[in-house]
Amino acid sequence: MPIEVYLNQIVSGVLTGLIYGLSALGLSVIFGVCKIVNFAHGEMMVIAMYLALLAFQYFGLDPLLSIPLVCGALFAFGYALQAGLINRLIDVPDHMQFILLAAIAIAMVSGCLMIFGPNAQNVQLDYAYDSYEIGPLLLDKVRVFAGIAAISVAGLLAAFFRWTWIGKAIRACGDNIVGAQVTGLNVKHLFALAFGLGSVCIGAAGCILLLLVDVQPFLAVEYTLLAFVVVIVGGLGSLTGALLAGVLIGVSEALAGLFIQPSLKSMFSFGLLILVLLFRPQGLVGKRA
Amino acid sequence: MIKLWLAEIPPRGRLYFSLLLAVLLAAPLFVDGYALSVLVLVFYFAYLGQAWNIMMGFAGQLSLGHALYFGLGAYASAALYVHFGVSPWLGMLAGGAVAAVIGAAIGALGFRFKIGGVYFAILTIAFAEFTRILFDHWLWVGGSGGFFLPVSGRTGNDILSLRGSPEMFYYTWLAFTVGALILCRAVLSSRLGYFWLAIRENEEAAQALGINTFRYKIFAVMLSAALTAFGGVLYAFYNNNLFPSAIFSISRSIDMLLGAIIGGVGTLMGPIIGAFILTPLAEGLTVVLEPLRDLGFKFDGIKQVFYGLCVVAIVVFQRRGVWPWLRRKLRLSPGGAQ
Amino acid sequence: MSNLVVRGISKRFRGLQAVKNVSFDVPERGIIGLIGPNGAGKTTTFNLIAGVYAPDDGEVTFNGQRLNGLRPDQVCAAGVARTFQIVRPFGELSVLDNVLVGCLHAEKDMTKARSRAREIIDRLGLGSKRRQLAASLTLPDRKRLEVARALGTQPKLLLLDEVMAGLRPTEVDLMVGFFREINRDLGVTILLIEHVMRAVMALAQRIIVLNHGEKIAEGTPEQVVRDPAVLECYLGEEAV
Repeated sequence: MPIEVYLNQIVSGVLTGLIYGLSALGLSVIFGVCKIVNFAHGEMMVIAMYLALLAFQYFGLDPLLSIPLVCGALFAFGYALQAGLINRLIDVPDHMQFILLAAIAIAMVSGCLMIFGPNAQNVQLDYAYDSYEIGPLLLDKVRVFAGIAAISVAGLLAAFFRWTWIGKAIRACGDNIVGAQVTGLNVKHLFALAFGLGSVCIGAAGCILLLLVDVQPFLAVEYTLLAFVVVIVGGLGSLTGALLAGVLIGVSEALAGLFIQPSLKSMFSFGLLILVLLFRPQGLVGKRA
Repeated sequence: MIKLWLAEIPPRGRLYFSLLLAVLLAAPLFVDGYALSVLVLVFYFAYLGQAWNIMMGFAGQLSLGHALYFGLGAYASAALYVHFGVSPWLGMLAGGAVAAVIGAAIGALGFRFKIGGVYFAILTIAFAEFTRILFDHWLWVGGSGGFFLPVSGRTGNDILSLRGSPEMFYYTWLAFTVGALILCRAVLSSRLGYFWLAIRENEEAAQALGINTFRYKIFAVMLSAALTAFGGVLYAFYNNNLFPSAIFSISRSIDMLLGAIIGGVGTLMGPIIGAFILTPLAEGLTVVLEPLRDLGFKFDGIKQVFYGLCVVAIVVFQRRGVWPWLRRKLRLSPGGAQ
Repeated sequence: MSNLVVRGISKRFRGLQAVKNVSFDVPERGIIGLIGPNGAGKTTTFNLIAGVYAPDDGEVTFNGQRLNGLRPDQVCAAGVARTFQIVRPFGELSVLDNVLVGCLHAEKDMTKARSRAREIIDRLGLGSKRRQLAASLTLPDRKRLEVARALGTQPKLLLLDEVMAGLRPTEVDLMVGFFREINRDLGVTILLIEHVMRAVMALAQRIIVLNHGEKIAEGTPEQVVRDPAVLECYLGEEAV
């Protein structure tokens, strides 16, 4: 195969991978701070996609423009979930926590099924078939926008955590909850905020993903697992790790897509997940979970 | 030995249980086809909940991918029957063996690499999803288009091929559910059962007492997987159609644990009580919402929403499940591991 | 003939040398005390013997059999039982069932195992509580349960990790009497970590002192309490 094909796939993979990374950031933030493993991750992303879809269908909004709205909605949902439900269940054994979130996930997916039906739906954008030509590379406009959007949101989040007071407070909670409490931080509120912020990432990732992929309820589990692959490869709790790993997975998937059937691509990711879980559960970058 | 453990159940418990069993045995005589199918659904949740419970409630390992074993049993037996005319009972042995081996492999991978808790749960989901996509592309068993068992005119009950009337299936499911209960009870009061409980309660302490926790955990997975596979076989022959997206889905994996979670993980009667509570409620919900269907609302998936909410309710309000609470109310508590 | 032989064991945890070149013998049917300030490496030493960790260096032999590198359950099969510093009861099981699990290691028959468990529980004074859930026991009772459970495995060597902590003096004396009894009647060798000096002085034939992961003294109780190095690590330099 000519070299351009590989190059194109790689770049395409990088851009898609940025979205995976953004989505995984959500999972990582929630775990890093609240120590909750969000099994409902993919489901929340699917809901975000459906919201963006509705915005497109009823208001003609480009999914990228819906980002603030959808993120707001998901922030509220995430915050409410943590504050209203999970905060009350601090002493629940780990496995019950997972089952709880898995149950919430099922309820959400089935809810989507009820409201939107099982068929795949997508957005038809004017520029869907446009592309940029840069030398040998032929890049879809949608993919470029998606990549830029993903990196921007990730950058905003990183800046938030680094430079704002609340961001630092949240990080403090994640590092040392007792210390945080002792210094007077309202830990419950900050946990809820963190969950909300994680949900914002998921929301943004969902909107952006809608540019590239059709949405249907059954997508959810795959995206949950994909986010887990990225986070585990990149290291649970590491922001840069999540992005790098996302890109890595995106590229691998894209290259694999050259040789195997597209529908088998997720098998590849799951295979990778299984391998990583077995050999390096703490990931390539992150701290030991 | 049966006498021994029967004696441990208080007389009231024996009475209630016998009454329940009598009612269930006689049921086909005085309920209609719909009610019968609801009862079969109860047994489905109860039996599979019992099977899942062995791994979680007894050995303390969370699996969110049990649909894998269910599907392996279903497809193995169905394929052997359709392609080679093999009786589902033999198919059950085959399916159970395959499930047990794969369960052992997953368990070995997980336990050897010291992957506990969340990572192990994710591993189980990943394997189930992996297999789902695999079967979607495996045309010998129908691929994503589905695999179908021939439903020739029901001339009579052929128990050897599991072809027959709803009543036949009813009694088969009932037999399996009761059988699973007896098996679990026997195992729990055996040396193996005590070792499992010890591992569940505190694995390090169990090791210090000479228990090879790795080996026993693997065994729990294997037994749980095999029993789940048997359930898959029954399901395949009862439903006559198999789709990877329905059989290996995360939804199906959640089905497996519903009985135990609602009723009480780690208890013997938990999955059964959980199934008896959950199923009629879910059915009732669909019946109540029936009129709304004519108004254009789609309700596929309402049951799953209901199941999910039930789990949330249980975790929030009664996290040990309904059975421990009910048992106290009925004053049946024997204390200890039950 | 020595029962337990520990030679030059060391263990490092990511930058912290928890145990360094520790060697000692525990003779058959002996009762040896292991003392030292907090963080001295006593429990780590136990963990190295019991198979929870493998030593970086050195060897542990019991009755001629090499223990280092074995899994905890294999170490138990070799005849070494241990209790944990922070007790680990099987909370949802009854007292009897807890000890039963221990007994099932050596005795495969359920009925026989159960009666053995019953005996041990009675011996340790927990008989009246045998149907109680372990999670509902008081701390002293949990400690007794821990010992009972370990005894169920019919060990030749018993590693006791601070089992007297939190007990009243009368309870301590009872436990001391009990350990003397099983040492004398059943021939169980005992190695105990203790902070409760009353118990150590009464029980131990010899005492080994650890500080900062190294052995700093060894001898009879009378010798050890006068040893300057020991006094220094416990009481500070001025006391010497």
